[in-house]
Amino acid sequence: MNSVPVASGVCLGEEAWLELDEFALACGVEVQFVRTLVDEGLVQPPVEAPLWRFGGDELARVLRILRLQRDFEANLQSVAVMLDLLDEIDRLRAELRRAGLSG
Amino acid sequence: MEFKDYYKVLGVERTASEDEVKKAFRKLARKYHPDVNKAAGAATRMQELNEAYDVLRDPQKRAAYDQVGQGRHGGQEFHPPPGWDAGFEFSGGPQGAPDFGAHSDFFEALFGAARGARRAGPGTRSRGQDHHAKVVIPLEDAFHGATRTLTLHSPELDAGGHVALRERQLSVNIPKGIRAGQQIRLVGQGTPGLGGEPAGDLYLEVQFEPHARYRVDGRDLYLALPVAPWEAALGAVVPVRTPDGQLEMNVPAGSQTGRKLRLKGRGIPGGAPGDLYVMLEVVLPPAASEKAKALYRQMAQELAFDPRHDVEVAR
Repeated sequence: MNSVPVASGVCLGEEAWLELDEFALACGVEVQFVRTLVDEGLVQPPVEAPLWRFGGDELARVLRILRLQRDFEANLQSVAVMLDLLDEIDRLRAELRRAGLSG
Repeated sequence: MEFKDYYKVLGVERTASEDEVKKAFRKLARKYHPDVNKAAGAATRMQELNEAYDVLRDPQKRAAYDQVGQGRHGGQEFHPPPGWDAGFEFSGGPQGAPDFGAHSDFFEALFGAARGARRAGPGTRSRGQDHHAKVVIPLEDAFHGATRTLTLHSPELDAGGHVALRERQLSVNIPKGIRAGQQIRLVGQGTPGLGGEPAGDLYLEVQFEPHARYRVDGRDLYLALPVAPWEAALGAVVPVRTPDGQLEMNVPAGSQTGRKLRLKGRGIPGGAPGDLYVMLEVVLPPAASEKAKALYRQMAQELAFDPRHDVEVAR
């Protein structure tokens, strides 16, 4: 039987963070694009000093921004509105789950 | 591999104009976008739509696709004829974040080489790309930690410069205390680097399999627990099964359906462990036997109970 290689991972956002350049690489974008997202308030680094550091939630958020931009040819302002609405839907769904009303 | 009918995927005629292709894609994207549509198949459907649109929006790729596609139907066994792409120039692969298995092997066989060639020019030195994949695990893994074996598909160049999807397996340690939506970073498990540069990383987004008993919100769990009317009315100690094992819970006297009891720290473990919320659900015994009916009648006669005392009811 072939042995399957074992990889140990670290969980982003609790035990490990990504610095700006690593974070941009992980998102597949330029560093400048990450700066723009932070400036426009679409992404907020959870650690700001002494250096920006990003976790898994921010990674998932940028990937979502890229999908929305690409699939709807949307500009950042439209994406920002979509994100706000999607966040609101997530919040309401969580509310329903807490009330035991849906999966 | 199977031949993919991209026209059918987008629901357009072979003669559709660029504009019609775009309109059809946008309409379907709004419907199936995984960020909007939470249905299980939405992500897969969106990948198919993206792949079809990648090809049909680009006049060069579309012309090439039409040539190999003459007289073929979706689902048919297909092998690209040798040298089929001679005379076509593709301006690179699809844009956006790279994903493992984001394209079918059909797509990679036809258009992957263009992307590979661009990336692997002679003398190139570059760090390998980072990859992203999703891993769906049972909730119990977050309680105990686990090692899961994943099957990943990544496009790779063979000796002849052709791109094929390579399947590989990887065992990954799932740390105890993980939440849905968290990202596990696996250093060096992305695309190998070129010219001695390091390989990219692999990021795994964690999702939980739907659970028959628990609903999950961050690290908190919600559980519906049926109780008998006398347990709710008089109070009782009842057994509760948690992912961590069974424990005893105190149901206070005078409880009703919908009462939420918190078992502190019994949710997903971690630095700040989650809580387990138990929602009581009073279940009535069926009045199936004479004995049960008599007991209900006795309650009706002897208890001064009007469940609608604060509701105006027409008499």
